[in-house]
Amino acid sequence: MEPILHMSGIHKTFPGVKALKNVNFRLFPGEVHALMGENGAGKSTLIKVLTGVYAADQGLVEMAGAPIRVHSPQEAQLAGISTVYQEINLCPNLSVAENIYIGHEPYRFGRVRWKEMNRNAERLLKERLHLDIDVTRPLESYSVAVQQLIAIARALSISAKVLILDEPTSSLDQSEVRQLFAIMRKLKEQGLAILFVTHFLDQVYEISDRITILRGGEFMGEYLVNELPRIELVSKMIGKELEMLEEFPSSAEASGRPAGQLLLNAAGLGKQGSIEPFDLQIHQGEIVGLAGLLGSGRTELARLLFGADRHDQGSLQMAGSGGSIHSPRQAIDEGIAFCSENRKKEGIIDDLTVRENIVLALQAAKGWFRAIPRKCQEEIAEEYIRLLNIHPSDSEQLIRNLSGGNQQKVLLARWLVTEPKLLILDEPTRGIDIGAKTEIQKLVLTLAEKGMSVLFISSELEEVLRVSDRIAVLRDRRKVKEMSGAEMNQQQVMQAIAGGEKG
Amino acid sequence: MRKHRLVWPLLVLALLLLFNLIYSPDFFSIKVRDGHLYGSVIDILNFGSPLILVAIGMTLVIATGGIDLSVGSVVAIAGAMACLQISRASDPNSLISVLSAVGLALVLSAALGLWNGFLVSRIGIQPIIATLVLMVAGRGIAQLITNGQIITVQSSKYQYLGAGFWLSLPFSIFVVAAVFAIASLLTRKTALGLFIEAVGCKPTASRLAGVRSRTVTLAVYSFCGLCAGMAGLLLSSNVSSADGNNAGQWYELDAILAVVVGGTSLNGGRFHLAGTLVGALIIQTLTTTIYMVGVPPEITLVVKAVVVLAVCLIQSDQFRAALGGKRKPGTPAAAKSGVKPHA
Repeated sequence: MEPILHMSGIHKTFPGVKALKNVNFRLFPGEVHALMGENGAGKSTLIKVLTGVYAADQGLVEMAGAPIRVHSPQEAQLAGISTVYQEINLCPNLSVAENIYIGHEPYRFGRVRWKEMNRNAERLLKERLHLDIDVTRPLESYSVAVQQLIAIARALSISAKVLILDEPTSSLDQSEVRQLFAIMRKLKEQGLAILFVTHFLDQVYEISDRITILRGGEFMGEYLVNELPRIELVSKMIGKELEMLEEFPSSAEASGRPAGQLLLNAAGLGKQGSIEPFDLQIHQGEIVGLAGLLGSGRTELARLLFGADRHDQGSLQMAGSGGSIHSPRQAIDEGIAFCSENRKKEGIIDDLTVRENIVLALQAAKGWFRAIPRKCQEEIAEEYIRLLNIHPSDSEQLIRNLSGGNQQKVLLARWLVTEPKLLILDEPTRGIDIGAKTEIQKLVLTLAEKGMSVLFISSELEEVLRVSDRIAVLRDRRKVKEMSGAEMNQQQVMQAIAGGEKG
Repeated sequence: MRKHRLVWPLLVLALLLLFNLIYSPDFFSIKVRDGHLYGSVIDILNFGSPLILVAIGMTLVIATGGIDLSVGSVVAIAGAMACLQISRASDPNSLISVLSAVGLALVLSAALGLWNGFLVSRIGIQPIIATLVLMVAGRGIAQLITNGQIITVQSSKYQYLGAGFWLSLPFSIFVVAAVFAIASLLTRKTALGLFIEAVGCKPTASRLAGVRSRTVTLAVYSFCGLCAGMAGLLLSSNVSSADGNNAGQWYELDAILAVVVGGTSLNGGRFHLAGTLVGALIIQTLTTTIYMVGVPPEITLVVKAVVVLAVCLIQSDQFRAALGGKRKPGTPAAAKSGVKPHA
């Protein structure tokens, strides 16, 4: 069979970085092809070359045997290549149908034919995506998962031959992922070629037919899924750092540490419409994990502790201080640090350099007048770049040029510089490759050993179990259970999350 | 990187000056008369002073992601207030009455800026609307102060501010130099610049990093008001009168232009005070050139618009790439210029 899409010998260089070196990629009709690699491996760059966001320095892109050159995502769409990004870029306040047909509305005599548009949208969603919803309601009234499907419907309405799904599952829960996969299988049967990017290995093995691996901008090979064992995939993705995974301490060791003194005490803390009142104590040097489904109130809880949202019920105190915490400033003064799950909007400041991003929180705590001397800033930045293994190691690089995992490390550095007593990490490893993920988990354990308390929030249960001394489970915006020691195992936590009766 | 950004504005300024030199060869000649220096270049610096002052304040406001449309009105109010005080004083020539008038006008301007900052940071009104309020109301306030008349003052001490000479140079140049130095020191030697850029780029992220973004916004808007007030004093002192209706008209637009031409993006974030300085000089030189060349008054604004458009285009990496026949849509470099690329 002929590939519908064939990229060969693709080179792309950015100032100072060789992002792609002689990369090949083939995509056949009716297959799901996973593009795998760590952060900075060149996955996004390859996709951007394919969709015309970047121009390749060298190389050939062929669609159905004919070479094509696209200069913009619009041209790519016309050529039959559509992309659904991780962050959905549709218009939340327009209706579902408008979102699907914006830019190619059905016209007659210069007027948009609304009825036809709505009817088409409804049929498209129902027939191809099994989605029966009111297409005249605004997009924002639907969940992220449904919005994602609508984004796919939009791509299909432009009669895509190649569909690129860039981390479509990272903000979906289990059942939503299953729904998405069912649809992907159906589209596959209809002959669509799907390029799938994800960090979840399970999902790759569940849905894909073929895997292409990139590492450091280089092509590592193309494999059929059933011919590539997981361990081999991982070792190809992260290279020789494989041993690192093995030397990871088990949860038994991690929870063997004695708990220190009480550090933070939240009693009956809550906020109307956000999270039900809860009690939570965190001790010195303790890692408390927060488990729960998306939307169960994990982030809301963390935001209350940090004062990012104001609580309207209960009290929140740090040991050795009288005041309650109502704003991020107060929280920082009390020694709390918070890495938001929304790295792009609430974390990095894209226009600033890595150095400026690192010193920002420390400088804010010192006040505007006591400027940290430039030399001192550079020393701090370089120290943490080394400590956290941030790439590229240039502290004057703009942070927006870094990959997601490295941005996350810069944010960690920002807070570590302030030497907090309590570090709140909301999804610190989301959208990050295995290597960086392990590094961050190890760092958390090291920090706790040195006496720092950590509140660790993650959608990945294994990760929470691995690092936490104690786990608090949330369900439907309520804290339902707290467990530690022997009862802390996958099944118990799952049960608490699901809320079913004990079997 | 920062030096590189100055290249285009400086080039444009050089081209403008070159044009002037060719058009009138004695453009750069400076004569000494009564121990004072006179010449076209000195004039540009002197008459450009109020615009530079306003543009410096505007740069910081724009860096926080805001905009201040009220500066023109504040210019009028400050001038009116100072002139009213001096005209009422028993001895308009006494140092104390001049200083107190100047002080009062400046305090009032800073307070007006604070009001803008309050609307923006506390009430959460969009900057363009919040400052539009004062832009419109401010003209009214200025006319109330002057009672609808043009107040003329007879005070050589007050006149010194905008029309006097010191070390054979116009005194206003020193005022501008001082304010520019203070603004540079405040933003680059303290952490204020970092905070302003952080707030302008990502307000939410900055707040979560512990930056007091509201306080930064308040400070920046009142500084902008203060700068506008000083510009108003220079203007009214230069002509020894205050015209509530016309003083400082269109200053907000020229100042915004100067900032953008100087390489600061209207999206907020990174700002370049030196770029603004060059930008304001470009605008002022352009105005002077247009008068000198004798462009008919009815088309001066069109000529100005064409030149400004050319300056903005030449600074756009995308445009230059398109001229060179290379298309690189969406490259990060395109976002660097002050002109927001079509995206």
